[in-house]
Amino acid sequence: MANPPKSQAPGIIGWIEYRLPIFSFLDNTLGSKYPTPRNLNYWWNFGSIAGICLVMQILTGLFLSMHYTPHVTMAFDSVENIMRNVNYGWLLRYAHAVGASMFFVVVYIHIFRGLYFGSYKRPRELLWWFGLIIFLLMMATAFMGYVLPWGQMSFWGATVITNLFSSIPVVGESVVHWLWGGFSVDNPTLNRFYTIHFLLPFVIVGVVVFHIWALHQHGSNNPLGIDVKTPQDTIPFHPYYTVKDCVGFGVFFIIFSWFVFFSPNSLGHPDNYIPANPMVTPAHIVPEWYYLPFYAILRAMPDIGIPFTNIVFVESKLAGVIGMFGSIIILFFLPWIDRSEVRSATFRPVYRIMFWVFVANCILLGYIGAKPPEGIYLILGRIALSLYFLHFVVLYFYSVREKTLPLPESISKAVLQQSAHH
Amino acid sequence: MSNKSEKSSSALHPETTRRDFMMLSAASLAGIGAASAMWPFIHSMNPAADVLALSSVEVDLSPIQAGQTIKVKWRGVPVFVRHRTPADIEEARKVDMKELKHPEADESRVQKGKDQWLVMIGVCTHLGCIPMSGAGDYGGADNGGWFCPCHGSAYDTSGRIRKGPAPRNLDIPKYTFLSDNRIKIG
Repeated sequence: MANPPKSQAPGIIGWIEYRLPIFSFLDNTLGSKYPTPRNLNYWWNFGSIAGICLVMQILTGLFLSMHYTPHVTMAFDSVENIMRNVNYGWLLRYAHAVGASMFFVVVYIHIFRGLYFGSYKRPRELLWWFGLIIFLLMMATAFMGYVLPWGQMSFWGATVITNLFSSIPVVGESVVHWLWGGFSVDNPTLNRFYTIHFLLPFVIVGVVVFHIWALHQHGSNNPLGIDVKTPQDTIPFHPYYTVKDCVGFGVFFIIFSWFVFFSPNSLGHPDNYIPANPMVTPAHIVPEWYYLPFYAILRAMPDIGIPFTNIVFVESKLAGVIGMFGSIIILFFLPWIDRSEVRSATFRPVYRIMFWVFVANCILLGYIGAKPPEGIYLILGRIALSLYFLHFVVLYFYSVREKTLPLPESISKAVLQQSAHH
Repeated sequence: MSNKSEKSSSALHPETTRRDFMMLSAASLAGIGAASAMWPFIHSMNPAADVLALSSVEVDLSPIQAGQTIKVKWRGVPVFVRHRTPADIEEARKVDMKELKHPEADESRVQKGKDQWLVMIGVCTHLGCIPMSGAGDYGGADNGGWFCPCHGSAYDTSGRIRKGPAPRNLDIPKYTFLSDNRIKIG
């Protein structure tokens, strides 16, 4: 038992607080009792925006689920019914579909912010891990959600992605039949994908709790990447950052609304308005845009063996799968791959260049993922794939050698100096 | 158990008691029990009896012209049945085995004396798309090959992988000739 309070404060809040200290809990978590570095810039908005995205997806998804039917003969029609007949059904569905894309934009920016400012470094390794787990869960959730409308892209996307598991040696085929609940993507598959799509967001909420818990243990990183030393380095989260976050929410919702109301289908694929047909594969299967860099890696992997012989250790299909998952798994090791003592790229001139090359390369991979895997795109894909992993190799060896710029003495000193310049 | 033996065992492992043993064995047993209880849940996701029951289909071959390929649905996936032309067969048999990624003689992919009938599961062995019939660079004079639009795998007139990321030739399902013009797949 923690120390129970000796006396009850007056009023209803006091009455509740005496029995369940929820108000002080909130105040300590997101309120005036949570000290936050005073120099956070707008890149730090994206964590709370991601939280808003998650809440929006759960809310719109819950109401969509009241009208959706997870059966192969009815799923497509039930989605069209939502679009045409259900009151505001079009709004719920477009907000949910666009919301998924927006969630990924926000989370990608959030991840790259962490990469730039070294937020994954000691003592925030577990915080970084929980974030990556959330990202993996988001990918699984979004993939299964995209299957539910049961259009051509739904069906063939599901077929291609579940077939990835057939590359597992020996048990691959059994695993795939187990995932499908049959010998092809069919009604049992659609049913379980619906169930899991409904469940995973709540699992994500659970991991978000751990993410925030771990965040609060050492507090937010900051653009200077140096530790908070004195109370002068901090300001209370409320009202300073609650207000700053609200500015971000406003900008975010303007962009979000523009897509929902003016261009709701531009982030999707027109082929998904053709009902699923297991006998005809569309000429060009493309995943949703947020998977494209990983799809490019999947397809760019060659056979791995001894060159100019027929000896192959890992054929390209399995190599592609290993490469694709490896591109995320390697991020789990990043806190130990990057051995620099300095967190923020502001003080790491070479890492700063490497970071932007890495970002550009990820965008290039995304572009290649949308193109057919032949000719120049295959060659470019292999170059970009090599660059992706080379980044981490170079980082491992160079991070201890890099000549970093001098760090400021403290956050408050740096902030006051900056305002003196203006 | 006598007092003496208890003393000697505790002298060997001063921290180990009979209670520890009970705790460990009880916890292990509970662990094994909990793990075993997972099986019904896992197995419930495997193909159900009704799915397994739909596992054979008969095909009438008489309407299929030479040079024509039909698609039959079997266990939810298409099966290609191609009536091969002499040019298809010749093309398939003149290939040097060393050129093949997954070496298989054409003779072993059809039934004896039924060389004109090529029956294959129409699912690309890469990631499960359905290849297009009569496309790709390995179809010979009568365009008897297949090409998968998803990731560019090309198959020859025997359904063997010739180009692209697919690891294996197109799979041959189990099938039997009920008569000259009728087969049963599965």
